[in-house]
Formats: sequence, C-alpha cells, structure tokens
Amino acid sequence: MPDPSHHDRVTNTSGAVGSVGDGERKHVVIVGASLAGLRSAEALRAHGFVGRLTIVGDEGSAPYDRPPLSKQYLSGAWGEEKLWLRARGFDELNLDLQLNVRAESLDVASLALSTSTGDIAFDGLVIATGARPRRLPEPLDHGDHAVVRTKAHSDELRDKLRDGAKVVVIGAGFIGAEVAATARCRGCEVTILEAAPLPLERQLGPDMAGVCAGLHERNGVTLHTGVTIVATTAKSVTLADGRSFAADVVVVGVGVQPNIEWLQGSGLTLGNGIECDETCRAAPSIVAVGDVACWPNARYDERARVEHWTNAAEMAEHGAATLLADLNGTPEAALSYMPVPYFWSDQYATKIQFLGRVGGFDEVRVVAGAADSGKLLALYRRGDRVVGALGLSMPRHVMAYRRLLLENASWREALASVPVAKAPGA
Amino acid sequence: MKIVVDFDKCQSNALCMSAAPEVFEVRDDGYLYILQENPGEEMRAKVEEAVRLCPTQAITIE
Ligand SMILES: Cc1cc2nc3c(=O)[nH]c(=O)nc-3n(C[C@H](O)[C@H](O)[C@H](O)COP(=O)(O)OP(=O)(O)OC[C@H]3O[C@@H](n4cnc5c(N)ncnc54)[C@H](O)[C@@H]3O)c2cc1C
Ligand code: SF4
Repeated sequence: MPDPSHHDRVTNTSGAVGSVGDGERKHVVIVGASLAGLRSAEALRAHGFVGRLTIVGDEGSAPYDRPPLSKQYLSGAWGEEKLWLRARGFDELNLDLQLNVRAESLDVASLALSTSTGDIAFDGLVIATGARPRRLPEPLDHGDHAVVRTKAHSDELRDKLRDGAKVVVIGAGFIGAEVAATARCRGCEVTILEAAPLPLERQLGPDMAGVCAGLHERNGVTLHTGVTIVATTAKSVTLADGRSFAADVVVVGVGVQPNIEWLQGSGLTLGNGIECDETCRAAPSIVAVGDVACWPNARYDERARVEHWTNAAEMAEHGAATLLADLNGTPEAALSYMPVPYFWSDQYATKIQFLGRVGGFDEVRVVAGAADSGKLLALYRRGDRVVGALGLSMPRHVMAYRRLLLENASWREALASVPVAKAPGA
Repeated sequence: MKIVVDFDKCQSNALCMSAAPEVFEVRDDGYLYILQENPGEEMRAKVEEAVRLCPTQAITIE
C-alpha cells in the first residue's frame, strides 16, 4: 500500500454510503476507480461541477496506472511509487473515494445503484468499470496461468520471471508481446504461441504487423503463429500438431472483455461493452467511458470500443462534459466524441506508437526509416485522406502527425510534411 | 507558470510536444528538452493539454 499521504481522502468503507444529494447540490457517482474514473472526476471539477462526488471502486489499492504493469513495473525498473495515479492525493477534488466497494446492480429508471456496502442514489452516473483479461476457453483454462491486469498480477508474475526461467506466452497481442519482451530482458527463455497467422494484423495491417512480429525473433524470443492449443497444464501447453512446450510459467494474453455483467437488467444497452451514443451517453444523465464503452466515432464511420490509455483519459473528459450538459437540462449541448485514437507499446528497445485507425485503409507507405533499421515511420491512406501514422522509435516524427490527423488532412498534405533527413517534422 | 518534468518517468514519447511544441521538444537523440521553463499564461491551455496527454504523468505545473 502507498504512503498514506497519497490518498488522504481515501475511505476504506465498510458501512453504508450516504444517499441523495443535499437539496440543490447534485450527486454524481463514478463507478470504477482507475484511469477513466479518476479523469472523469478531475474533468467534472475542472468544468465547474460543485456538487457531491463519489467514486466507487472494487480494488483495494489506491488507484494506479496499468501500462507499467507489463513494462517497467514488471521488469523491476520502477517501484510502486511510480504507479500511483494522482500521487498528489485527492484533497483538491473534494470527493468521497470508496475503495473495496463493488457496484452490483443499476436501475436506470430510478437512478439507483446497489453496491456491496449499500444503495446509492445519484443524479448523474459515470460508468468506468474497464475490462478484465479474457481466459482460455474450457477445458484449456487453468487457475495457475498468469494474466496481467492488476498490480497484484504483475507482482506475482515478476517473482516467477527469474533468470533462466522458461516462459510460454499464449497470445502475441500487445500485452503478450510486452510480457514476452520484459521476461526476455530478465533473462528468461521465452516462447510465444499465437493462434492467428499474424499477430496485431487488425491493429496495424499485415505489412506493419509483420515488421512488429519480427521484433520477437530479433530479440531471441521464439514466435509460433497459426497454432491450435489442444491441452494445457499449469506448466505445459500442447498443440494440435503434437508439439508440447514445458514452462515454469504460462502467461495468457488473449485479450480483454468489458466488465458489464453487473449491468444486466439495468436498462442500458449492452453489446460490445456499454453501447453509447456519439456523445458517450448511455442513457439520460448516465455516461460510460474508457475500456468499457463502445461508441460511434464519426471521424472514422465506425462504432468501436477502444482499449487504450489515451482513450480512457480523453473519453473521460468528454463524458464529463456530456454528463454536465444533461445535469444542466441542456442535453442537446453535448458534443460528439471524435478522437484520433492513440496507443503505444514498448517491446524490447522499440517504441511502437500509432495514431488514428487502420480500419478499411487502402495503402500503407513507409515514409522514413526502414524496417530493418529498427526505426520507421509509416502512413496509412484511406481514399485521399491520411487516417493513421505508425512510428517505430520515431516519437517526434510520428507525433507531428497528430495535428494533421485531427484536421482530417489529405494524403497529399501528409506526404508533404514527411520529415527529411534530420529536419524536424513539426 | 513553471514547468517541472520528472525525467525518471518521462518516456520521450513526444505527446507533450504534439500539444505544446513551443514548450516541449523530443529530439532525435531521444531526449525531451524543455524549450521554455516559465512559459507565459497564454500557453496555459496548451501546457495543460500536454499534462493530460502525458502517459506517465511526468509533467507538473507549479
Ligand atoms: C498490463 C497492461 C499494459 C497496458 N499497456 C498499455 C500501453 O502500453 N498503451 C496503451 O495505450 N494502453 C495500455 N494499456 C491499456 C490501459 O491501461 C487501459 O486502456 C486503461 O487502464 C483503461 O482504463 P479504464 O479506467 O477504462 O479501465 P480499467 O483500468 O480496467 O479500470 C476499471 C476499474 O473498475 C473496477 N471495477 C470493475 N467492475 C467494477 C464494479 N462492478 N464495481 C466497482 N469497480 C469495478 C476495476 O477493478 C478497475 O479498477 C495496458 C493495460 C494493461 C493491463
Ligand atoms: S508526454 Fe510525458 S513522457 Fe512523453 S515526452 Fe512528454 S513528458 Fe515525456
């Protein structure tokens, strides 16, 4: 647990929680005390909300950040002091942070939330319950397989990533790839087993996914693709072709699923997460943000759930504005949420950064660097528009495209601002 | 307004630079340089955006 100064206002609640907002003052409840939940609270206050604010979260620890859990925190390079979200504490937000409290059900019609410690009435609700690791289907699922979503998961796994340990990672998505890279850096012997013919193809398109897959071999990690797993034990994985892999630890990274079961029967529309309108609204005075929320992003003509850090932060800000519009009786003032999504992944010494969306792209062009140099900048075209920019260890250059992507720039404009030699790309 | 960056946390990913290029620059050597440690108030909105975008919360405004 962190130093108490990190969470002065944290109440480790065991008793029932206060009810309706007092008189004029509205009560907003946020469910989920992680990135999207905290950013919602910050944005509500920043937008001038002076009513009561309660955050309910089912984890016991003070809120922390997840990306380091498969990178610097898992490797041991960072201690827990670098994980805390809002290391400066919660005083200035003037809120009631209830940890270890689980939201159990919601009734949209009566604006009532039931939690593990009692019922809470609210005027406005932010749902930010995120996602949890998907497990292997029965009978392949095994309680001893490691996953990485929480701080406790990362602590547990780190102990097993000893020099020389054999590690089998199932799934070569971002988390699997990062765990593999971190395990390799700690001196483990690492094998990745991936069902798809090419990992990350959906996120990056085939050519660039191929470049990223190549990082594993180059760093001494074996990647088997197109495999079918037919049996597992705590310490082994067997494939349909008869090959078997022994391991000191098996790590499963086969994606995540949104935490929506508690909302069954609530009156909200559930599908691929909580289905929202283009303003992040799930119902009047109820918004959903972060990994749990699905919404139509008009910029790309697609309805999607985005499972990345920056979206959780940006969507929380947007959702707060929508919620305040509803609470002020001006729902029509809510704006469409149309971000240029961003994600990064650190694998071995390579910094992968992607801005935009690849869905339905017509062409990808490497405009600087080269695959074998470890540094590369690639642009994605759809029609006559630039829709994505990928950088491998070229941060200043890839980030220079953020503005062009926000402006829905043309392909021609994008090519015109390609960095030449050492000239800045900004 | 004074800009403080925790360089132990900074990952040089240049998100801050995309929000406020007048203040933050990640160079080809892979390091972040602060171009103005005490930017004027007219830069506040951009710097606050940089603070929010920074994935490691490495930037604070004092
Ligand atoms: C190991 C790892 C590495 C990552 N690396 C990157 C990266 O490099 N780049 C990137 O862009 N993104 C990365 N991400 C993704 C990023 O961390 C997530 O997008 C982000 O955490 C989403 O925030 P969230 O608040 O929406 O959801 P979450 O962080 O999942 O938080 C949801 C919270 O709600 C709680 N909760 C759930 N149900 C209930 C309930 N019924 N009642 C009360 N509380 C509840 C959960 O316990 C949790 O605390 C990574 C994620 C992980 C796990
Ligand atoms: S956004 Fe944060 S981590 Fe990235 S370069 Fe700027 S200060 Fe460093």
